[in-house]
Amino acid sequence: MISGVIPTEFTPIASLLGGVLIGTAAVLLMLLRGRVFGATGILAGFMSPQGSSDWAWRAALLAGMVTGPLAYMIFAGHMPAVQVPISKGMLIVGGFIVGLGVTYGSGCTSGHGVCGMARLSPRSIVATLSFMLSTGVTVYIIRHVLAPATGGI
Amino acid sequence: MSLFLTYVIGVIFGLGISMSGMANPSKVLNFFDVAGAWDPSLIFVMGGAVTVSFFGYRWVFRKFRSPAVEPQFMVPTSRVIDAKLVGGSVVFGVGWGIAGFCPGGALPALGTFDGDVWLFSIAMVAGIFAAKFLMKLTATRAARHAS
Repeated sequence: MISGVIPTEFTPIASLLGGVLIGTAAVLLMLLRGRVFGATGILAGFMSPQGSSDWAWRAALLAGMVTGPLAYMIFAGHMPAVQVPISKGMLIVGGFIVGLGVTYGSGCTSGHGVCGMARLSPRSIVATLSFMLSTGVTVYIIRHVLAPATGGI
Repeated sequence: MSLFLTYVIGVIFGLGISMSGMANPSKVLNFFDVAGAWDPSLIFVMGGAVTVSFFGYRWVFRKFRSPAVEPQFMVPTSRVIDAKLVGGSVVFGVGWGIAGFCPGGALPALGTFDGDVWLFSIAMVAGIFAAKFLMKLTATRAARHAS
């Protein structure tokens, strides 16, 4: 079994509040440092820094991001759920492909999908439509073409 | 002080990702599985995030001539829509559809110390370096052909 399905509950309020916090963080980062909040760009710049002060703010931001689940635990009493429905092999394949794609595409869901869409950047709108569509097609193929054909992959 | 504020902004983002469900690959994959176990929650994440940043960015740019601790706003200015942008984004979507993690979801989720998130993230970093290496290689080849 390399890919299964774990049902999840519809959580409109928690998801909306989470989205509002993500947007708030993006606005505050623009206000403070004049930067868009793109996870890909922040991580890439952290790994190949353009100087020590450039590295420092990226490191501080990443440290904060990683503290997020702990902050969530203080409110919710437990860590956020991470339910992985696929095998470790597929997780590695998926991760490598994501790394390739976001580097060539210059951004991901946060950079293009949130910050770029909010700025009405034509590049980001095209990028977001492209990856939303290809993600949907990929999920459809894995769950509704490959899985039935192989008796659950 | 500005580094501490940057850290706090990171915490707000990570808390938002944790609440929203973006750190949970099953929730992400079920959002895209319209024909199956559909969970529409992520529409609310995107809706909330884009609405707040749409109005928030406008307010920041109207109200301030420069950010608080940097001399100027460093907003991406490229308007080029090419095969690299579209192809890269399509490839990203394939990976996202396989694994259910995107970079902005996975990085905060590292803080749960879930082994699978670390495995995904290490593979993603390897993919980023592989892409940078390939880009450098093609750039060198193109320069050699040009000379």
